[in-house]
Amino acid sequence: MYVAVKGGERAIDAAHDWLGRAHRGPAEQPALDTAQIRDQMALAVGRVMAEGSLYDPDLAALAIKQARGDLIEAIFLIRAYRTTLPRLGASDPVDTGAMRVKRRVSATFKDIPGGQVLGPTFDYTHRLLDFRLMANGELPASPASGAEGKPLHAPHVLGFLDRDGLIEDAPDSGETPPDLTREPMELPADRALRLQALARADEGFLLGLAYSTQRGYARNHAFVGELRIGAVTVEMDIPELGFSIEIGEVELTECETVNQFKGSKTEPAQFTRGYGLTFGQTERKAISMALVDRALRWQELGEEDQGAPAQDPEFVLSHCDNIQATGFLEHIKLPHYVDFQAELELVRRLRAGTEDAS
Amino acid sequence: MSDYNFAYLDEDTKRMIRRAILKGIAVPGYQVPFASREMPMPYGWGTGGVQITAATLVPQDVLKVIDQGADDTTNAVSIRKFFQKTAGVEVTERTTEATVIQTRHRIPETPLTGDQILVYQVPIPEPMRFLEPRETETRRIHALADYGLMQVRLYEDIARHGEIATSYAYPVEVAGRYVMDPSPIPKFDNPKLDDCPAIQLFGAGREQRIYALPPHTGVRSLDFDDHPFTASKADHACAICGSGTSYLDEVITDDDGGRMFVCSDTDYCARRAEGVQ
Repeated sequence: MYVAVKGGERAIDAAHDWLGRAHRGPAEQPALDTAQIRDQMALAVGRVMAEGSLYDPDLAALAIKQARGDLIEAIFLIRAYRTTLPRLGASDPVDTGAMRVKRRVSATFKDIPGGQVLGPTFDYTHRLLDFRLMANGELPASPASGAEGKPLHAPHVLGFLDRDGLIEDAPDSGETPPDLTREPMELPADRALRLQALARADEGFLLGLAYSTQRGYARNHAFVGELRIGAVTVEMDIPELGFSIEIGEVELTECETVNQFKGSKTEPAQFTRGYGLTFGQTERKAISMALVDRALRWQELGEEDQGAPAQDPEFVLSHCDNIQATGFLEHIKLPHYVDFQAELELVRRLRAGTEDAS
Repeated sequence: MSDYNFAYLDEDTKRMIRRAILKGIAVPGYQVPFASREMPMPYGWGTGGVQITAATLVPQDVLKVIDQGADDTTNAVSIRKFFQKTAGVEVTERTTEATVIQTRHRIPETPLTGDQILVYQVPIPEPMRFLEPRETETRRIHALADYGLMQVRLYEDIARHGEIATSYAYPVEVAGRYVMDPSPIPKFDNPKLDDCPAIQLFGAGREQRIYALPPHTGVRSLDFDDHPFTASKADHACAICGSGTSYLDEVITDDDGGRMFVCSDTDYCARRAEGVQ
């Protein structure tokens, strides 16, 4: 019997065994501990939590370990787990203004109340491989400055522009945002739904789109009004108690951009906003999200449709999810014998037709 | 596996999916949006079909899973194992014994009965998608039954090639109303869609759509009066069971490009080879 048709079951079992061995690596090396991944690969953990839409650093670390470092695979593991969890309720909106910031920079004002806090950033490092890390040596511990983790009164920078009316209002509509994990995505999508999709969108895809706006495909020149990273308290209203209680803390990255707007017949010239909010320390993603959010708002702001990819909500929202994208892309590895056979016959028949005609 | 509910999905999710299925059955061929869940297998591996099967199965069911017509292609094995593990239902390779059949790319050769449900895995549910990429636009097209674009495409095929150059996922009109993608089955299988006694359910997980054909629904493959639809297959007989009427896989047997043709439906072929019809 034809081997590829028979023996699917044995092949799968053997492949899983092989995967198990490859996963562990040489037995003489110590196995990775998920706590090490959680603490020493915290940025990978942040990305998996952000795109997995589940805040749990331990599970994200487990997923990274199980996925052999393939972050999209890890995100998939988290998503598949998340979807089985019951939905007990919704938290109150988090107050990012009260964030306990570990990093907070503004590119629009030299000094701001609360100050600029660089925090643990790669920004001004020289990208030179540090071979001391490879030699398994510990880097000399630098003394903590004492500022780390200190509560900081840091009001939102955009609030100062808002007070002067220089930037568009962003009033709270009070509406409950839709939940794209519980309702099918409907287009056109409002901004809350778009932001929700962007928050779990693939970092690379958003980065590329955001970059394209910077290079002129729907340019909306963005200033980083503020980028902040830190912990916020999550509160939930408990109906039995009649008030909200703290249920935990999550680390977030928030980016607010200040963009140009020339004004229209009805609106005076003022700055406009782009917004990005993501789990963990994921600032590339948050900045990209803010730029794409702003580009998608062209219609609402009465701007011109330049036909740029980043302006097209249906294009962006239908293709930004890496779990959907990678699934459909990779499924072409699966057998397509039947369809290919049908195509083979068609091509043979069409060719026979041409030969007859010539 | 007690950590998960029967057939993996929680009951609320099943109810949501069942509602979509019922709506789909009430409006044959109409694509019902549903809140597709992330499943523990990737999108593209049949998550839509798996969700329908999960919402459809009851403990008494006997499940058959095929991919490319065969029960032991890798993905069919994987999905069958998934339901064995999460639902504990009886499984079979025999078309006649199954109450629920999940399939990718084929309709079994053995005629189905009114006691069976056939669940299709669908990659792109929208038959107009490659003519019009926007969902907002294709929904309008269906609402108005404005299918001229499809007729023009089929006509252009005839003008260019002398025939309609679509060999699988061949579009059909359902109950005189909606144009529907029958999933990537070869057009050889299209006539089996028509007046089928079994319930036919179609699930597209990534695209979040479910649609359905209730029993005995009229399904017509799109064509023209002067270019009628023809179901086609390789012009051979099966090298194993000798069937001259079943859909065939072409198998390359040696380095010199030698070929043989065998039934794509392995159960049908095995039954015939055993002499059981």
